[in-house]
Amino acid sequence: MQTVKMVVTGPFNAGKTEFIRSISEIDVVSTERKISSDYERVKESTTVAMDFGRITVDDDLVLYLFGTPGQKRFDFMWEILSEGMLGFVVMVDSTRPETFREARSILETFRAYAPTPYVVAANKRDREDAWEVDDMRIALRLDPKVKLLSCVASDKENVKNVLLELLYSILAEMDSNGN
Amino acid sequence: MALKGNLRDFSITQLLNLVNLAHKSGTLIVERTNEKMWVCFRDGKLAYAQAAGEDASLATVLYKAKKLSAAQHRAIKERAGTMSDKELGLLLINASYMSQDDIIASLQVFFLQTMNRLLTWAEGLFRFESDLLPPDDKITVRISLENIIIEGARRMKELEQLQDEIPSLDIALKFADRPGANIRNVNLSVDEWQVVRYISPKNSLRQIARATNKNDLEIRRIVYALLQAGLVEFVRQTGALPPRYANVNQSRTASAAPAPPQAQSRQPAPPMDKTKQKSLINRLINRIRSL
Repeated sequence: MQTVKMVVTGPFNAGKTEFIRSISEIDVVSTERKISSDYERVKESTTVAMDFGRITVDDDLVLYLFGTPGQKRFDFMWEILSEGMLGFVVMVDSTRPETFREARSILETFRAYAPTPYVVAANKRDREDAWEVDDMRIALRLDPKVKLLSCVASDKENVKNVLLELLYSILAEMDSNGN
Repeated sequence: MALKGNLRDFSITQLLNLVNLAHKSGTLIVERTNEKMWVCFRDGKLAYAQAAGEDASLATVLYKAKKLSAAQHRAIKERAGTMSDKELGLLLINASYMSQDDIIASLQVFFLQTMNRLLTWAEGLFRFESDLLPPDDKITVRISLENIIIEGARRMKELEQLQDEIPSLDIALKFADRPGANIRNVNLSVDEWQVVRYISPKNSLRQIARATNKNDLEIRRIVYALLQAGLVEFVRQTGALPPRYANVNQSRTASAAPAPPQAQSRQPAPPMDKTKQKSLINRLINRIRSL
């Protein structure tokens, strides 16, 4: 049995757990704990180690989705989780510009860990106060070539689209590397 | 969709950069305690700017630019109070009082001064209304944002450095105990004298700034100069650290995630035949499509 993995990362409360939960065929193995910091109490609990979802492709192949913890004090987990990943998704909360800088920093950190393909998912597009995707691209200082995808993490079709776009990017990179 | 947030999280220079690059048209409204500003843009260029409670009429702008005397300003205010800025502008040009260039240049200076005040705001709620354009009766200009952004970045940098030196405006000053020094013999600017007038252990810097109508950058700049000259010193209060020794770094980068590790690039996956890799990816694609 071969296993491959993709990592879903992003700032605190960006929607990583929800993203994996929407597509995983198993109940997400989540390591959520009640939030202790008042500053981050925009939700009741948060991921402290990782989220873990699975998609069985066939008898020989399984895709694992790992969600990183969003709180900074658990960032030691990032490097461990990034090992051997096919690619990664950076989730960004479209309604919280205060997290854009951190999202950018996380993206650069993961690119340094492993120069694999990645896409950026602009999550919570169903919210009234979501920023325009074009504005987010400028705010996040993303190169026009980087895929910035609209996403609602609770919508399975949206999640499929993000993962597919990441896989297309991986294929394209393979082609551009001489195949 | 909304373009809104807090300058604490998304700075004014970042906002201007966004407006510039996206060639946006509309009005940026920024509010903080007792203050509000409107800045209008057309195709990514500054068109108009006004602060709440400020007389931004053309007559006053021209008076401040010394294009009108106090008597002329008063007369216009009295006799042409209901006239719109555009009407007044035409009247002044037709009467050969001044040229169109004079008017535009005066407005540009006024709008830039308003922008420069906004550039020092480190905090404040903002929202961008793309369907809100400058009032019809106002004269608008077209000022490229690049220079404003550079100036803004410079001011923010200076403010950050001054914040390191003077972390809080909620502390008070007193005159330094220097028996030999006579402050009357020191050459101070008008702005510095204004601040010096209010120096007392009872007045916080914030109160002095309010009384002298100075923004955060201006008050910090003046106080820093007075501190450097050894004329004043901080009044130590419970919980207030001496600024020079306070380890308070309010840099915007402080909250960012840790810097990327150097030279830690790894191969993403175990070596595998390229054809097999592509086959694997295609199997993943097919599977996800079928979900």
